[in-house]
Amino acid sequence: MIDLSKVQKRTTAEIAKRIVQDIPDGAHVNLGIGQPMLICNHLPADKEILMHSENGLLGMGPLAKEHEIDEELVNAGKQPVTMLPGASLCHHADSFVMIRGGHIDICVLGAFQVSVKGDIANWRTGDPKAIPAVGGAMDLALGAKKLFVMMEHLTKSGESKLVKECTYPLTALAAVDCIYTDLATIAVSPEGLVAVDWIDGLSFEELQELSGVPMRKLEK
Amino acid sequence: MIDKIIPSVASAVQDIGDGSTILVSGFGGAGLPIYLLDALAEQGAKNLTIISNNAGNSGIGIARLIGNGQVKKVVCSFPRQPESGAFDDLYRAGKIELELVPQGTLAERIRAGGAGIGGFYTPTGFGTELAIGKDTRVIDGVNHIFETAIKADYALIKADKGDRWGNLTYHRTGRNFGPIMATAARCTIAQVNQIVELGALDPETIVTPGIFVKRVVLVGGKS
Repeated sequence: MIDLSKVQKRTTAEIAKRIVQDIPDGAHVNLGIGQPMLICNHLPADKEILMHSENGLLGMGPLAKEHEIDEELVNAGKQPVTMLPGASLCHHADSFVMIRGGHIDICVLGAFQVSVKGDIANWRTGDPKAIPAVGGAMDLALGAKKLFVMMEHLTKSGESKLVKECTYPLTALAAVDCIYTDLATIAVSPEGLVAVDWIDGLSFEELQELSGVPMRKLEK
Repeated sequence: MIDKIIPSVASAVQDIGDGSTILVSGFGGAGLPIYLLDALAEQGAKNLTIISNNAGNSGIGIARLIGNGQVKKVVCSFPRQPESGAFDDLYRAGKIELELVPQGTLAERIRAGGAGIGGFYTPTGFGTELAIGKDTRVIDGVNHIFETAIKADYALIKADKGDRWGNLTYHRTGRNFGPIMATAARCTIAQVNQIVELGALDPETIVTPGIFVKRVVLVGGKS
C-alpha cells in the first residue's frame, strides 16, 4: 500500500493551472459545471482564450460582482457572469451547433470514471434514489475537438477513477484526450494511457499501482 | 389588422386545456416565463407534459405546476437543481414521468420540430443508456442515434421587447430556448418586458420574427 500522506497532492487550483498550460492562445473553450469552472480564475493575461457557455454565450467574462448582477446573464451553472467586449449571444440550438459541430476547441469536464480507451462516465452513479440529470455533458464530451477531464485520481475510499471499463453509466465512448488529476497528467492514446507528468515524491511505478490500469511513460 | 397583444396573462393562457404539451423557455431562472407559468398555475390545467431544460425549483415556475399536481410528464435535460423538491418527491414516488434528453439533443429536437423535420441522427448519446431502443446508423465512420422532432400545443416563452405583429428580441442569456420553442408550437405565447410600436425594432436585430408568435403579453408594469 502506498502512503500518500507523505506526498503533496496537487490542489484544485494547481490542477486548473496545469490544464491552462495546455490551452493555446486563441482557443474556444467550454468548461463543465463544478471544478472545471475554476479554470476561469487562472487564465493568463498573455493569451486570448474565449469562453463558451452552453446557454448561448461566447466570450463569457468573470463571475459578476454584486453591482454587475443581471439575472438573465448566467453561466452553465446558473451563476451570474459578465461578458467581455466582443461577446456574442445565441439561442440554444446554435449554441449546441458550436458544441456538436466541432467548433469548440477544448471542453473540460469532471468525471466519476475514465476508461483506458477514453470512455467517460460523469453524469450519474446509478443510485436509484438520485435524480438523473445529464445536461450538456453528452453533447460536450463528443462535440468538442478535444476533451479534457479534471478529477481526483482516487475516490474517497481510495479506488482509482481510471478503470479498464467504466462501471458507472456512460456519458460517451472513446471521447477523452487527456486526464488531469491531483496526482498526474495522463494522455489517452490509441495504444492506451500515457503518463505525461506526475507529482514529486511519487514514482511512475507507484502511480501505475495506484491507478490500477496499464500505462506507459511519455517518451521525452 | 394584426394585433397579437393580449391584455393579461390570465387571458393569454385561458384556453390551455388538460393534457396539453407545453414548451417552456428558460435555463434555470434566466428566460423563464414566470408570469405565464403563474397564470397557468392559477388556471389549473392538468395532465400537462412540460418540455423545458429544467424541472423547476424553489416552488416557483414549473415547480409550482408540479407541486399543484398539474404535470404528468417532464421532458428535460437537467431536473436536478437546488430545491428541486417538488419534482424530486414525485419522481421518487413514481408519480411523474421523466424523459431525460441531452441538452443539445433537446434543443435540436425542438429546432427540427419547428423546421418541419421529422428527426435526425446525432452522435450524442451513442452507447449510453439514453440510446436504448433508438435506431442507430454509421455515418462517415461515426456511430449515430436517431432522435425524433418535438412539437407542442403551446410554447410559453420570455422575451424582452415585442410588437403587435409578434416580433421579439431577448435579453442576454435569457434568449436560450425561446427562439426555437417559438417555432415548434401550434400556439406560442410570449411574455415581454416592453411592448413597442411597429417599426421600433430594428429588422436587423429582431431574433424571433412575428410569424412564430400568436400572443404577446406585457408583464412587470412597463410599456
